[in-house]
Amino acid sequence: MNTLIRNGRIIDPANKRDEIGDLLIVDGRIANQSAIRNPQSEIDEIDASNLIVCPGLIDLHVHLREPGFGWKETIESGARAAAAGGFTTIVCMPNTSPAADSPSTIAWIKDRAAEIACVNVLPTGAISKGLMGEELAPIGSLAQAGVVAITDDGRCVQNNELMRRAVEYARMVGLPLFDHCQDYNLVGNGVVHEGYWSTLLGLPGWPSAGEEAIVMRNVLLAELCDHHIHCQHISAAGSVRILREAQARGVKISGEVCPHHIALTDDAIQNFDTNAKMNPPLRAKEDVAALLGGIADGTIAILASDHAPHAKFEKEVEFDAAPFGIVGLETELGLFLDLLVHKNKTIDLPRLIEMFTVNPARLLQIEAGTLSPGRAADVTLIDPELEWTFDAKASQSLSRNTPFDGWKLKGRAVRTIVGGRTVWKL
Amino acid sequence: MLDADAIGRALRRIAHEIVERNPELGSVILAGIPSRGVEIALRLAGIIESLRQIQVPTGIIDVSMHRDDVGTRAELPRMQASHLPLPLENKTVIIVDDVFFTGRTARAAMDAISSFGRPARIQLAALIDRGHRELPIRVDYVGKNLPTAPGERVRLRLENVDGEPDAVWLLKEEKA
Amino acid sequence: MTEPGKSKMRWQRKDLLGIRELSAEEIVFILDTAGAFKEVGTREIKKVPALRGKTLVNFFVEPSTRTRTSFEIAAIRLSADVINISAGSSSLTKGETLKDTAKILEANHADLIVLRHSSAGAPQFLAERLTSSIINAGDGAHEHPTQALLDLYTIRQRKGAVAGLHVVIIGDILFSRVARSNIFALLKLGARVTLVGPSTLVPREFEKLGVAVSYNIDEVLPSADVVNLLRIQHERQRKEYFPGIGEYIRLFGLTKERAKLLKPDCLIMHPGPINRGVELDSDLADGAQSVILEQVTNGLAVRMAVLYLCGGISA
Repeated sequence: MNTLIRNGRIIDPANKRDEIGDLLIVDGRIANQSAIRNPQSEIDEIDASNLIVCPGLIDLHVHLREPGFGWKETIESGARAAAAGGFTTIVCMPNTSPAADSPSTIAWIKDRAAEIACVNVLPTGAISKGLMGEELAPIGSLAQAGVVAITDDGRCVQNNELMRRAVEYARMVGLPLFDHCQDYNLVGNGVVHEGYWSTLLGLPGWPSAGEEAIVMRNVLLAELCDHHIHCQHISAAGSVRILREAQARGVKISGEVCPHHIALTDDAIQNFDTNAKMNPPLRAKEDVAALLGGIADGTIAILASDHAPHAKFEKEVEFDAAPFGIVGLETELGLFLDLLVHKNKTIDLPRLIEMFTVNPARLLQIEAGTLSPGRAADVTLIDPELEWTFDAKASQSLSRNTPFDGWKLKGRAVRTIVGGRTVWKL
Repeated sequence: MLDADAIGRALRRIAHEIVERNPELGSVILAGIPSRGVEIALRLAGIIESLRQIQVPTGIIDVSMHRDDVGTRAELPRMQASHLPLPLENKTVIIVDDVFFTGRTARAAMDAISSFGRPARIQLAALIDRGHRELPIRVDYVGKNLPTAPGERVRLRLENVDGEPDAVWLLKEEKA
Repeated sequence: MTEPGKSKMRWQRKDLLGIRELSAEEIVFILDTAGAFKEVGTREIKKVPALRGKTLVNFFVEPSTRTRTSFEIAAIRLSADVINISAGSSSLTKGETLKDTAKILEANHADLIVLRHSSAGAPQFLAERLTSSIINAGDGAHEHPTQALLDLYTIRQRKGAVAGLHVVIIGDILFSRVARSNIFALLKLGARVTLVGPSTLVPREFEKLGVAVSYNIDEVLPSADVVNLLRIQHERQRKEYFPGIGEYIRLFGLTKERAKLLKPDCLIMHPGPINRGVELDSDLADGAQSVILEQVTNGLAVRMAVLYLCGGISA
């Protein structure tokens, strides 16, 4: 089945393309422009007037919870949530049970995804065995098994010497290294941003320095080993500054920002709402401003969700005892469009799409994120002006842990196409 | 229904009856129920002193914590500390209230008094008796009987308590 | 004191979760009510039927003999039936969630639940889910409202009013729910508050709450009308917060020598249990300026008032 998407605003940052036009999909691949003039008889037409037609969005920070935690999310349900959010490719984190630290677990995830996921699921492998931060995982074997990056996400390697070996080893096998930046000693049992609200409520504080210290460590190791380290879910103003300075020196270091860290501040925890408990925590207004500054000047070039599903019974406990994290795939694009493009005018639409497509694709070294002829037809159609209300109950995810239930947002994906096939449509 | 003069006459009548029925005036204690009962007890003590040159001790008996409707009200008023001249043994404690109605407040007051000791007898005095008793309790000294319908409200104001001139009104059921 | 009868305020809360949510008027209302209940302690029969037929559960997930005992006596004097559940005996240790345990208590017709918990916000968590009245008996480092109320009651009783007084709170502020509740209450009633202690336990961030922070106890003591000494919990604390008890005493202990800096009528308070010779000199704890035992007695009246008010309105 071939498809012609008509009259859309085609934004393909990889090819510097931004124009009203038609996009032809033939046999699951993007066809040549010239083919559009001689369409074959068997063709579906999609009217994309007033819509953005862009490469399928990529989220390189998602927790799919399988194997081991299928009551929170499955590869199948997580992929559906991704499709509903406009994502055609998602990268899943290794903190499963067992942890994704062996080729057999990677093979299981890939098989399962091929069998049941409606979007492309790319696994990451662990840096350390069992994410324990003590011994290196078999990074070379993980690379051969097909991981796109290594990370201990959810945890952070504290031993700088071990981390250095991991970076060197990752460089050898050609894998980027992602890091969840958290200094355990500085953070202690912190559950919320250390600042006004932690002081007022007596909740253990998670200081910004606990993130910044590891971001700085990563700068030093990236420089030392001449290899790329990607700092996940950057939340603190100081981290942005450190990244900016290091990038100016040419250090191979990058960072990503999650929607909740710019949509909310630490005052969201004032009623002990565990759906406002994430790691790193929601921070202060100054931090949000710094993140926006980093996005505006390109220090932050990648956006991600840190989609972290937890069941209601797990979140419905004392604040201290609740697990960190929120679901995010279905609100991510809406929040970023609303906040970055519409409200704050931090960036324009092509730039937003670049941050969701070609930038993560380059980091992951994958053939995705463009509409170049011959590439798999992963395409997202976005209505940037659509005003809608997020209803958590209607979510595709198995979990409902979100602080954004009932939020009114402007802009949303209206159709998600993976390999030429529509996997989700509003 | 009553103006300041009428209230004064009613109180003098009560004082006279108390004097007549309690030959041993020295063993009488007037215990007012906050807040207007306390004021009435003080006024009665003043009248009795002018009649017999005896200072009858007064006290405060707060009934809030002895009421039988705790847990059924949507809000609670401020309470006042009870204070009675002790001991109560061999004394006659006269409970003084402004408006005598169902009898439940008087019952609570008797309960409260018993936690301070065991007086020889307890009597009841009220400026107004509006009827509609819900308990087998009768009032010993009444200033004025004021037959009312159940929905009506008796509004009493006393200068020292409310900052308004002494007066009693009968309000028809405008608001529940 | 606010004159009884003058205020038209009525009590309408079924829960007491913290001081921060209370208005100054509500705080005074509780203190006035506590005054009435303090009188009950002087009666021949120290028991009133206010909560007759009500069931109160002392649900202490974190152990505390003093506070639990005080609530228990208060409840008994109000004629409530009292059940004590402690961490060791609760099903929480068997993996049941707080929500489930509390739902069980409610299903057993617990009208009031007095909760002590190590997690900030646990009382609010229950209040949002149960119809029972929830009384916070201390949650993590968040609030300990009845302790602050009894401290205020004691100050008001001794000093007549709270407004205009300089209250100095000394010790481990960071981890102290007593400090937070006291700060909120004192500021609402118009007192000036200075926090004193090691910088690691008294972060400057507290200034944003409207209090002063000092690391020099000798400078602060002469202007104090009340000093409230908090327990240094060296057994529980991470060691690196201060170098040791010896140094703590040298820098922040209320020694006999330091006490000479105090005004003669300055009150010495302590929520207990006291580490004699650490936070304050043993003789000072028993001395003329100490109101530590009055705090305990007043605590009973304050807790009776809180239980009566929260348990006495229809849910």
